[in-house]
Amino acid sequence: MKETADVFPLTEMASRFVAQLTQCQKLKLKVLEGSSKHVLIELPYDTQLIGYPDTGVIHGGVITTLMDTASGCAVVCSIFDKFGSLEISPTLDLRVDYMKPAEPFKPVYGFAQCYKLSSSVAFTRAIAYQDSIDDPIAHAVGSFMRISPEMVGEEFRQALMGEPRND
Amino acid sequence: MTNPNADECEQTKLDVKSIIRKATELNDFGHLLEHVPYAKFIGMEVDRFGDELIFKLPAKDDNIGNPVLPALHGGVIAGFMEMSAIVQLMVFMQTSKVPKVVDFSIDYLRAGYHKDSFAECKITRQGRRVANVSINCWQTNRKHLIATARAHFLID
Repeated sequence: MKETADVFPLTEMASRFVAQLTQCQKLKLKVLEGSSKHVLIELPYDTQLIGYPDTGVIHGGVITTLMDTASGCAVVCSIFDKFGSLEISPTLDLRVDYMKPAEPFKPVYGFAQCYKLSSSVAFTRAIAYQDSIDDPIAHAVGSFMRISPEMVGEEFRQALMGEPRND
Repeated sequence: MTNPNADECEQTKLDVKSIIRKATELNDFGHLLEHVPYAKFIGMEVDRFGDELIFKLPAKDDNIGNPVLPALHGGVIAGFMEMSAIVQLMVFMQTSKVPKVVDFSIDYLRAGYHKDSFAECKITRQGRRVANVSINCWQTNRKHLIATARAHFLID
């Protein structure tokens, strides 16, 4: 973990962000990497998430949740890196294209980037994969509304930063 | 030697057609959702009013994303709407398989609060292999949508 934190400095902050989201705890989402450029999240396989009972393939909605979370998290990281402030950005829209079903009993990885940050909107793209990122399960593009840092509650800020600020 | 898992496999193998027929006979489409673990995971329900199906996602703590507002996780709203579209297709087209999602595009119009949510679907076009469905989702007032989505599904 320490090594990852050295290479990708925002990993811990990204994990704390995801840990704050109740639904993500239920899905047992785990942040593997976080940087100003990307976020990588693991979704473990769980029989509760099956959407196609005849094959055991997980529901598309779970993939959408993974993509929405990874993209939103990439926006938080990107804004934090650029402005040193915390903003939580609500999703404006998200389009997910499904290339193939996720293989049962294996985790799914969500890789997301915030590729453009403008004054009021953040644009993202994300890929869900299992064995290789070049063999994707799904691809997503999204846009997120930026809201002012004041909208983030103090409690939430502390949860994300780890320690209360003493300055 | 028989495969010890064979029995289990046989049980999990679903006859989608007969499940739909049974749901239609009983006029209880919740029967369909019972077979889908994800539908139970988020806790969705369905009701039939004449020719219309109305899907319901009762307020549930586990479905919250942003704890500050608190608001539903956008992914849960999307998953609920996607599952609604699947059931709509299965019921109205009497499919023999569970339709597979090809793409799903959602616009979030308002924050979904910690309340009951509802969805209705319209099969905009059905071709031989692909069907296009549009889905609306609201909470207190049908005119104040919290999200709209459109999706394509592969059907057999």
